[in-house]
Amino acid sequence: MSTAAPPRPTTQGPPTSTAGQGKKGSSNLLRYGVLVVLGVIFISPLVFMLVTSFKTRVEAAGLPPTWIPKEPTTQAYDSVLNSEGTPVLQWFVNSMIAATAHAALVVATAALAAYPLARMEFRGKKIVFGLIIATLFVPPVILIIPNYLIVGELAWLDTLTAVIVPTAAGAFGVFFLRQFFLSLPAELEEAAVLDGANRWQIFLKVILPLSKPALVTLALLAFLTNWNDFLWPVYVLFSPEYQTLPAGLSTLQSANNVRYDLLMAGAVIASLPVLLLYIFAQRYIIEGVSRSGLKG
Amino acid sequence: MTTAADRAAAGDATRIDEVALGEPAKPARLEGTGVKASTGVAYLFLAPYLLLFFAFVIAPAVYGFWISLHDYDYTLPGRPFVGIDNYVKLVDPDSVIFDNFWSGMKATGIFVLFSVPLLLVVPLIVALVMNSKFPGRNFFRALYFAPYVLGVAVVAVLWRFLLDTNIGLVNQYMGKIGLPDATAWLTDTPAAWVALVGVTVWWTLGFNAVIYLAGLQDIPAELYEAAKVDGANKWQSFRNVTLPGLRPVLAFVTMVTIIASANMFGQSYLMTRGAPGTETRTAIYFIADTGLRNFQMGDAAAMSYVLTVVLMLLSVGVFWLFRERKA
Repeated sequence: MSTAAPPRPTTQGPPTSTAGQGKKGSSNLLRYGVLVVLGVIFISPLVFMLVTSFKTRVEAAGLPPTWIPKEPTTQAYDSVLNSEGTPVLQWFVNSMIAATAHAALVVATAALAAYPLARMEFRGKKIVFGLIIATLFVPPVILIIPNYLIVGELAWLDTLTAVIVPTAAGAFGVFFLRQFFLSLPAELEEAAVLDGANRWQIFLKVILPLSKPALVTLALLAFLTNWNDFLWPVYVLFSPEYQTLPAGLSTLQSANNVRYDLLMAGAVIASLPVLLLYIFAQRYIIEGVSRSGLKG
Repeated sequence: MTTAADRAAAGDATRIDEVALGEPAKPARLEGTGVKASTGVAYLFLAPYLLLFFAFVIAPAVYGFWISLHDYDYTLPGRPFVGIDNYVKLVDPDSVIFDNFWSGMKATGIFVLFSVPLLLVVPLIVALVMNSKFPGRNFFRALYFAPYVLGVAVVAVLWRFLLDTNIGLVNQYMGKIGLPDATAWLTDTPAAWVALVGVTVWWTLGFNAVIYLAGLQDIPAELYEAAKVDGANKWQSFRNVTLPGLRPVLAFVTMVTIIASANMFGQSYLMTRGAPGTETRTAIYFIADTGLRNFQMGDAAAMSYVLTVVLMLLSVGVFWLFRERKA
């Protein structure tokens, strides 16, 4: 076993780690080489987006492409933020409201529903659970047309409610939290019952506080999903003042076909909140995603 | 179009056999709150979610089928029942919609065919390279995952710029290393397919890699040790230990990737606008435009049912392919 052998056997890599020291050094060098090249490919488009947003109109469309703006300027931002037909600031506020409200709705309804599914025996449990499972097989395309009509009946078209509520019916949150609740020890609940607590009190005072990491992960995933959602907002929000950022970017692109300085400024504004969220809560997000592929 | 939650939700599908068959019902350990007493309480907890679930999942799934049996034009008052006419039109080469629908299905098929293998293999290689402890591992993992947190709108607007025929970075740098420097990435096939697939790989590689990585770490190290004792080389231990150990994860990733690719919309909506002609206009793009732009909702609903059936058959195929084989 080489010195690099990890402490926990479950995280051990393939047998490369037992190769001779010299071979290991060169294979490590190769590994870093591959990783760095790949890293540059992954990040440079984002860097170029940021750089271009601070260029003048002429430089953004000029050749050869520059990685450092010759005359750094916030013209593109000024122009994008103060344009009548493309109210980027309003879109930003709309996206913030929609994604926050959506995340809150998902976490609240999913937590409430997951608790009895994980912890109670009741009539019809199998049917309810089976029905929710079955919808995981149904591709979302089938819901687009009828949901448009339902949302229309509710008079939600062209309002933020249309992008907050219907998508909160997805089954992921319920599954995710049920899985987590199943892993909590039952003894704590039993102790609470002995103290005379009812189900609601147990849910609020025992289950929820123990589930903070799972609740935070779900809230983050729901926020990201809603913030980035594209197809649905493009069709249900038509007035410029009610659009969210992704739908707005589409409008911005139609209005400024080759003004890449403006488009990149818009793209930066649309990505900044999620990138910041990602930088600070990276662990929660990646853990949440990686757990989704594992059973149990 | 496809989101983390969608994909992750689809992941639960792979657990279904375990849920339905394997998982023993947890006995209610809270005595004195017997089954009858808690049924009402349980439904009180479930009520808010079930309300959403029935209003926006169950009801529309049924309602959509009803719409597909009508000549349903949103802008007209009369919506006569037409039986299966909307479906018949989809298989009648003389109908107006036939060509458009099948060219959309073809576009979706091409995209699935080329993006899925890449999205299965490349992230697996990345995950294998990262599957051992080394300094900076979490940093690289975070780096490769980063594009995935951006929405398809940002990704598509950004890459339309980078792939611009005249001033785009991609053509500029290709010219510098002696490759063709005037490829019309967004208006010509097959270049447009390369662009759409390439951008999608860049965007979602990290998602699959992260899931693979978690799966790789679940394979017990003892199995690799045993393989080595048996004299297995690297390829043999990959073939006989890694791949079988990853089977459930591979099934999940395959399924999720196929569904995500079959739902490709934003990339072609924003990058190519379906060009050249309607060659890169995917099925879901045509369905959304037919139903929500031109308000021919009967046609659109029928098409979405056909697409759904195709996708479900594909899912069954994937399940079958990855089934537990009896020795």
